[in-house]
Amino acid sequence: MRNSRHIEILVGAFMAAGLVALFFLAMQVSNLGSTSTGDGYRVTARFDNIGSLKVRSPVTMAGVRVGRVSAIDYDSTTYEAVVSLHIEGRFDQIPEDSFAKIFTAGLLGEQYIGLDPGGSESYLTEGGELALTQSALVLEEIIGQFLFSKAQEGVKDE
Amino acid sequence: MASVGEPLVKIRDLHYSRDKNHIFKGVDVDIARGGVTAVMGPSGTGKTTLLKLIGGQLYPDSGTIHIDGQDVHKMKTSDLYRLRMRMGMLFQSGALLTDISVFENVAYPLREHTPLPESMIRKLVLLKLEAVGLRGARDLMPSELSGGMARRVALARAIALDPGMIMYDEPFTGQDPISMGVLVKLIRSLNDASRLTSIVVSHDVQETAGIADYIYLISDGKVVDQGVPEKMMDSRSEWSRQFMKGLPDGPAAFHYRAPELEQDLMG
Amino acid sequence: MLDPLARLGRAGIDTLEQIGRGHLLLLGILSGFADLARRPRLLIAQLYAVGVLSLLIVAVSGTFVGMVLSLQGYYILSQFGAEQTLGVMVAASLVRELGPVVAALLFAGRAGSALTAEIGLMAATEQLSGLEMMAVNPVKRILAPRFLAGFISMPLLAAIFSALGVVGGYFVGVGLLGVDDGAFWSQMQAKIDLQGDVRNGVIKSLVFGFVCTWIALFQGYYAVPTAEGVSRATTRTVVHSSLAVLGLDFILTALMFGD
Repeated sequence: MRNSRHIEILVGAFMAAGLVALFFLAMQVSNLGSTSTGDGYRVTARFDNIGSLKVRSPVTMAGVRVGRVSAIDYDSTTYEAVVSLHIEGRFDQIPEDSFAKIFTAGLLGEQYIGLDPGGSESYLTEGGELALTQSALVLEEIIGQFLFSKAQEGVKDE
Repeated sequence: MASVGEPLVKIRDLHYSRDKNHIFKGVDVDIARGGVTAVMGPSGTGKTTLLKLIGGQLYPDSGTIHIDGQDVHKMKTSDLYRLRMRMGMLFQSGALLTDISVFENVAYPLREHTPLPESMIRKLVLLKLEAVGLRGARDLMPSELSGGMARRVALARAIALDPGMIMYDEPFTGQDPISMGVLVKLIRSLNDASRLTSIVVSHDVQETAGIADYIYLISDGKVVDQGVPEKMMDSRSEWSRQFMKGLPDGPAAFHYRAPELEQDLMG
Repeated sequence: MLDPLARLGRAGIDTLEQIGRGHLLLLGILSGFADLARRPRLLIAQLYAVGVLSLLIVAVSGTFVGMVLSLQGYYILSQFGAEQTLGVMVAASLVRELGPVVAALLFAGRAGSALTAEIGLMAATEQLSGLEMMAVNPVKRILAPRFLAGFISMPLLAAIFSALGVVGGYFVGVGLLGVDDGAFWSQMQAKIDLQGDVRNGVIKSLVFGFVCTWIALFQGYYAVPTAEGVSRATTRTVVHSSLAVLGLDFILTALMFGD
């Protein structure tokens, strides 16, 4: 066998490339890699209803993405959703009294958290909590309320 | 073990057909130990098929082939493989593995079947190549060899495991006179030097008759004549004389079976 | 009047015979794996022929397929204002379907046809017969390493195809069309499931690798040993493999993603 060493190296490289590709698909493309965070800090926010917010949904300020949702938990005593936000390290001047709202990108798009800056002089740090929140708009609820109020009006008119 | 006088290969009442063509209709052949036995006949009489039947690659419809007293077609596969290690076969094309060098081709059976160390394999391969006069060609690839050289390399490979029997499938076909002469000499000298039993399948009368100890003539699925070469040349059988002397017409007609020419032309 | 019926019967019997021979061959190949453990060198040589030599076409195709997916997907998704989900679309199409399927089709064309031609020519030049007469089982020595190499290479090739496709899609989507970098990945990671998508894609490519290599070896081994016979067998390998891949893909998809 001539060049058998050469062939061995190429086969080794091929196997390695294949495994790297599989690893890439598992870690970067699918949700297995969602635990990787990098530098930054974590704050929490409580919502009555998070709609279809997901782990890894973006967190934005003035439309600029500043972090991601890193975990979603449920507090069974207060019946609230507890959302952990991972904010990137360079956005370290977010007022403590900022307002966290759940928005929907477009009519049917994905839900994300938008932060409206407050007026406080002190900034959010690791482990802080966003006290002011506004829940997601759930389309069915809005439609339901609309229909209900229409029905109410109908009753009054009679 | 059978006695020395007993033939090495005993073929009895062999029938074989392929796609409704009856190739053998009751063939009886004995191959004597230590001799060169030739099986001759016109092209298309299934001479190669006979070798494949002896090697256990094909199964007969009926009849038996015994080698050294064992029925080839009733053996377990592992026994058959052990038997084949003691058989060499030289294919018409050489059948060298085209992706490895001459040296590796000859070394192949040694590497497969023996635990010999590399240095020993090297010595054996060079000796075998020396025997066929191609020691200098060891680094060539099979595609770089001429037909005659390829056949000699294949011969070196066939004798690599020092078999007790070698089968030659049309060893002289398509060779120039010189390599033909080389092969004739090789077959005879290999046979005599190492007490081999050789089976030569061929239709080259002169060369085969020159080295064979005994000749079988096969035609139309049957053994039509047999004997020592000298006797065959002056056989009483008209057919044998025609074949051995290469006469164009005789009992074996020049024309393939066909309706009368007039009929064909008019039709 | 009974002629068509007889022909149908004949065809049925022939097909059954083929299937039977194919399975016997497969059995022979699988029984050769034990020998292979003692001679890993045989496998490495075949991994090179089957895997490494198919790598270039698979890598290039994967990248371009990903780029085109991204381009097309963008135009459609942007009409709904959903271009943020471009990453999901590209990755899901690749990981679930295009990766395993297109890689298998390329594999059949590149490696499968080469295997058939090689084995067919080895049969035509009596090399397989020669091995048999040297007391070497060609099914174990020649076919088994090729089969295993195909089975190992296919999922790796499919993974490389998908991964490069996602990267290609990323460059077009984020680099050229201006989709948000974070949204591209985050949406993708949120929607693509390791179990449901990635693992099922790998299972598909394992099945395709098995079937494609099997077909290629079968066609080569039973090719009529003439120039024409080998060329026909090579064509059959590509046609049968492609049909088998597409048919099996439908069945597997229905089984995996059906409920």
